[in-house]
Amino acid sequence: MKFRGKIVDVACLNHFTRVVTTISKLTKMCVLRLTPDNLFFVLSEKVANGGVSMWCELSQANFFDEYQMEGVSPEDNEICLEVTPENLSRALKTVQSAKSVKVKLTKKHCPCLTIAAELPTLSSTSRVVTHDVPVDVIPRRLWHEFREPSVPDFDVSIYLPPLKTMKNVVDRMKNLSNFLVIEANLNGEMNLKIETDLVSVTTHFKDLGNPPWGDDASQGGGPSQSRDQDSMAEARVDVRRLQQFLMGQQVNPSKAMCNIVHQRVLHLILLHEDVSLQYFIPAVA
Amino acid sequence: MHCVVTGGNVKVLAKAVHSLSRIGDELYVEPQEDGLALRSVNSSRSAYACFLFAPLFFSRYSIPNGHTFRCKMAIKSVQAVFRSLATLEKTVEKCHIELDEQKDRLTFTLHCKHGLLKTHNLSFQDSESLQAVFDKDSCANVFRAQPRLLVDTVVHFPASLEEVTVSVSDERMWVRNHVEEEAEQSKVMLTELCLASDEFDHFAVKAHSSITFCLKELRGLLVFAESTGLPVSMYFDEPGSPVVLSVTDSVLEGNFVLATLSEDPNLRKNNSKGAHTQPPPPPDDFMNDDIDSYLIAMDTSIAPGPSATGPSTASLADSTCSKQSAAATLRTKTHREEEEENTEEDETDDSERPPNKKFRSLFFGSVLPLSSQMSTQPVMCQEVLASDSEDESQVE
Repeated sequence: MKFRGKIVDVACLNHFTRVVTTISKLTKMCVLRLTPDNLFFVLSEKVANGGVSMWCELSQANFFDEYQMEGVSPEDNEICLEVTPENLSRALKTVQSAKSVKVKLTKKHCPCLTIAAELPTLSSTSRVVTHDVPVDVIPRRLWHEFREPSVPDFDVSIYLPPLKTMKNVVDRMKNLSNFLVIEANLNGEMNLKIETDLVSVTTHFKDLGNPPWGDDASQGGGPSQSRDQDSMAEARVDVRRLQQFLMGQQVNPSKAMCNIVHQRVLHLILLHEDVSLQYFIPAVA
Repeated sequence: MHCVVTGGNVKVLAKAVHSLSRIGDELYVEPQEDGLALRSVNSSRSAYACFLFAPLFFSRYSIPNGHTFRCKMAIKSVQAVFRSLATLEKTVEKCHIELDEQKDRLTFTLHCKHGLLKTHNLSFQDSESLQAVFDKDSCANVFRAQPRLLVDTVVHFPASLEEVTVSVSDERMWVRNHVEEEAEQSKVMLTELCLASDEFDHFAVKAHSSITFCLKELRGLLVFAESTGLPVSMYFDEPGSPVVLSVTDSVLEGNFVLATLSEDPNLRKNNSKGAHTQPPPPPDDFMNDDIDSYLIAMDTSIAPGPSATGPSTASLADSTCSKQSAAATLRTKTHREEEEENTEEDETDDSERPPNKKFRSLFFGSVLPLSSQMSTQPVMCQEVLASDSEDESQVE
């Protein structure tokens, strides 16, 4: 198992750092899957822990100037590591001014992702900083737990309002209730609601637009074709989970949307050029 | 006593107070013939700092005639006088420090723009002189660097980190985070920074040694050094004896004396062995590394079995790794790894696991005692500090 990548371009380094920082805000631990073409940050929580899952996909070519890897075997040319994204983020943040940054899989006191940066100096030799981030190598028999989630058979898909606006609303709602109902219809309308014994608050968003999905998605065919434009699909979710998702946004996405499977799951998607981030929050009764 | 500080020096004084506040809760003030001394010490007596402002630092400097005056006061109340450093520079024109002997108050008067006058009357306690015993000129290793270099170094370490380890060779200095428990190492991120000697203004190493001290106080000094632009000198010998960090210019001198962790004999043996037999990694290590030297040979086979988890795979990797490319891995080993490996070898040689680890934690307990235990730990206080006998002064 070998892995080594090198980032030279400052913009790429900055972008990569922001992606990792976003991930670090979403979860303490996650799985980093390395394949010859892509990097994936994957979280699949057990139902007991809230059942949130995350899938973040980056194309290595858009970040790394050099990228070499050798997986477990030629047939399974992948590496699967459990990492603490917070550590990666911290390491990357301190090397923003580096001339070049290498990310390597190393065997030190334990398996590590080593982030080695060459920092600019006034002297002839450059300053080198290395951060050894301990990782756990995930055995192949557990890999199946970290496969790409399929897009759920949703009832409504809708573009999200500006995330900052949404964050402001959710932050305030969190003070009133632990659970929030998000509902949307095919007419570009979305509501964020909380209901407690004392108060009911709803924030309405209009004209958000509904993304066109291909034939394979449910909006094109299947049950929702006959769906009434104005009927709402809703999911009641843990506010903290939604807040976490909105708080961590370091990447300014070009597209942000969500799919709602009525009373089952909230599926949030952010697209930003080469990066896609999907986040699944299960609905609670 | 009457001192007057004017212009930019007010900010220098304020910064000194702020960096002393990183050390302890009390500020010891002593007007001396050779200048005004401001000192502080932490509760566990493992860190001491002193600023001496020469008479020339002040536009007026007079000290009590006939009798010596010393006092200590809560450092927070002095910080409050210089609360806003940003506006201080713009608004304060001069600062008077006066002893009001009638009322037993130390009066700080800030003369601000537009004739605004701010007066702080601070109460104080009498105290004995607080003086650390240290001799930086006899230290084997001496360095001097611009504050920027050290600021850029400590920025790589998280604010929560308590201690750093500094190791030196003839050409280089390594700074890394200190991790106490060996067991923790598989969880903790290790950061190591390597500085070349030519980044320093002065770099003199007589003894290849490695010391561990608290980062917090260094950060405190850097606050001062960075704002005044003064180079920071560092003096140290061997583990266990204090490290001295100092800033000097023609009108002031600041010395921070910090205890370092002492080494247990077992480790020291390894250390010296390491230092003699293993050269530090080659300077161009970063540039021409070869992917094979970073190989992790770990079989994560599909075959189920309880043994395929963490520790056992790691040890498996260890053996395969050494078999396959001993030469390659050796080349990329860092100083630290050598030490660790040596320790590990010893561990296995000396029959069983626990002793070494136990020794270690014991050893930390004795070096960084809790303040309550302090009285039973004369070793370090002798080294670092001397008479601060507040009890006696209260009796007086």
